[in-house]
Amino acid sequence: MKILVLLSQVPDTTARIAFTNGDTQYDGNGVTFIMNPYDEWYALVRALELKEAKGSGSVTTITVGGADTEATIRKGLAIGADEAVRIDAQPTDAMQVAELIAGWAKDKGFDLVLAGKETIDHNSGVVGAMVAELLDMPYVPLASKLDVSGDSATIERDVPGGVEVLEVKLPFALSAAKGMAEQRIPNMRGIMAARTKPLQVVAGGAVSNAASTVKFELPPAKGAVKMIPADEAGKLIELLHTEAKVI
Amino acid sequence: MSTIAFIDTRGDKLPKAAQEAVTYASQLAGGPITAITFGDAQGLEALGANGAKKVIVARGVKAVDSQQLAKLVCDVAAAEGATSIVCVHDATGKAVAPRVAARLKAGLVAGATGLPEGNRFRRNVFSGKARAWVEVSSAVKVISLSPNSIAIANTGGSAAVEEFNGDLGAARITVKELRKAGSGVPLPEAELVVSAGRGMKGPEHWAPVEELAQLLGAATACSRPVADMHWRPHHEHVGQTGVAIRPNLYIAIGISGAIQHLAGVNQSKVICVINKDPEAPFFKAADYGIVGDAFEVLPKLIEAAKKLNAER
Repeated sequence: MKILVLLSQVPDTTARIAFTNGDTQYDGNGVTFIMNPYDEWYALVRALELKEAKGSGSVTTITVGGADTEATIRKGLAIGADEAVRIDAQPTDAMQVAELIAGWAKDKGFDLVLAGKETIDHNSGVVGAMVAELLDMPYVPLASKLDVSGDSATIERDVPGGVEVLEVKLPFALSAAKGMAEQRIPNMRGIMAARTKPLQVVAGGAVSNAASTVKFELPPAKGAVKMIPADEAGKLIELLHTEAKVI
Repeated sequence: MSTIAFIDTRGDKLPKAAQEAVTYASQLAGGPITAITFGDAQGLEALGANGAKKVIVARGVKAVDSQQLAKLVCDVAAAEGATSIVCVHDATGKAVAPRVAARLKAGLVAGATGLPEGNRFRRNVFSGKARAWVEVSSAVKVISLSPNSIAIANTGGSAAVEEFNGDLGAARITVKELRKAGSGVPLPEAELVVSAGRGMKGPEHWAPVEELAQLLGAATACSRPVADMHWRPHHEHVGQTGVAIRPNLYIAIGISGAIQHLAGVNQSKVICVINKDPEAPFFKAADYGIVGDAFEVLPKLIEAAKKLNAER
C-alpha cells in the first residue's frame, strides 16, 4: 500500500500574528514554524500505523514550499515517513498547491492520499479535495477513523448528531480530524535515520492563477468586558435580552 | 452573468446555512437565483422566500459523494451559464466547492464572511485571529460561505422545484451506518450555545447546563478535556480540534479559554464567560463576564431565564 501524506509548515499555534510588505505577507520574523498539527498528529501518524499493521507499503510526504520547510520535512521523516518530496514553489492560493501536488502524484500509483483537516494558518481545508478531484479519487472530509482491509477501507466521521460509517474502495483521499491517531514524538533513532532518508526536491511547474490572497488585516479590537457581580448573575440574562439583543 | 447556490437541505426543516447561502447568492446576483440540492428534503418551494426562483434537486445522491455532487453542480452551472457558484463552508461544501473549483479552473474563496468589495472577498485566517482578502480573477468564481455571515432574507414567494435526471456516475462511497448520538439543535446550526468545561467537576453535574440551554433554546457544547474524559459526547466538543462555531451567543461556563478553545469560538457575536478564576484568559475575549462558582451562578441564570420566558 502506497500512502501519500500532504504536509504543510505553519507558524506555531501561539505565534504572534503580524503582517509585512504592505500587509500582503505573514511576518515570520522571529516566529517558530512547526508541522501543521492536523497533518502531523492525524494524517502522518495514521499512515504510519496502517503501514506498520500491514507490515508492508510505503509512506511518502509531500510539501509545497521553499528550502525553509526542510527542517519540518525532516521531522516527518524522523517520525517515520520513508521518503519526502518538496515542490519548490511559493504558492499564493490553495489551488496552486493542489495542482503542484496532483501534477507530481498523478502517475505514481498512490492507494491513499491523506491530508489534515485544514492548516492552522489559512484554515481553508480544501487542498485535499482539490487533489482528489485532479486525481479522480473519492474524498472523505473530516474523517475521525480509518481502517484498511484488502482493497477497501472503513471510515468514520462525526456529522451533526452522530457518527457516519462509510466504506470506500482504494484508491481514495481523505482529510483527517481528531480521533484518527495520537501524536508521536520522534525518537533519537528516527532522528538519526531521517538524515539519510531521501528528500527529493522538484521544481514547481505552471499553475493557474484564478485567485490569490492579496491583503491581510487584524480584526477590530474587542471592547472591554462588562463584568457582572456573581450575586447579581441573573442580570446577565436581562442584558443579553435588552442590551446585546441576542435572546 | 448568472449565480447559483449549492446547498445541503437535509433535516426536519430547511437548515439556516442553506437559507443563508440562497440569500447571499441572490444578493450577489441582484435578483432571484437557481439553487441546487440533493436527497429527499420536502418543502423546498420555501427557498423562494430567501431568493431562489428555481430549486434543482438530485434525489438519491448522498452528501458524502462529493464526486457526484460536483458533477451535479458543474452540469447545472453549464446549463445556466453560471459565473458565480455559492456553497456553504460546512462538511459537504468543503468537499464539493474545491472539487468544482478544480474542475472548472475557477477561483475559490473558502469560507467567505460577507459580500465582496469588487472581486475581493473577506475570509478568516489564523483561526479568527486575522482576516484575509482573496481576489478572484477567473471568469467563474466559487464561494463557500461561512455559516452565520449574512442575515436571511425573507421576501415571501415560492420557488419552482425540478428534479435532476442527468447522469452523475456511480456512487463510490457507501454509507454503512449512521450512529445517532443525542438529538437537539446541531451545533454548527445553533444561534445560541451554552458550553461548559472542567469547572463542572463531573458529568453528573450537567443538568443545570442543559436546563439553561433548553430555556434559552440553545445547543449545548463542551471543551476538549470534557470530551476527552467522556463526560460529554465528542460531537459537542468546540475548539480548534473539534467543531468551529460562530453563533450569536456563546456562554462558556467553567472553561478557562485556552488559545485552542478560543480558536473555535472567537467568531461568536457575543461571548459570556463564567469562571471562578478572575485570571482566566477567556475574560479577555468576552463581552460579559461573571467571576463566580458555576454551581452558584447557574441557578441564578436559570431563574432569570425562566422569568424572561414568562414575560415574552
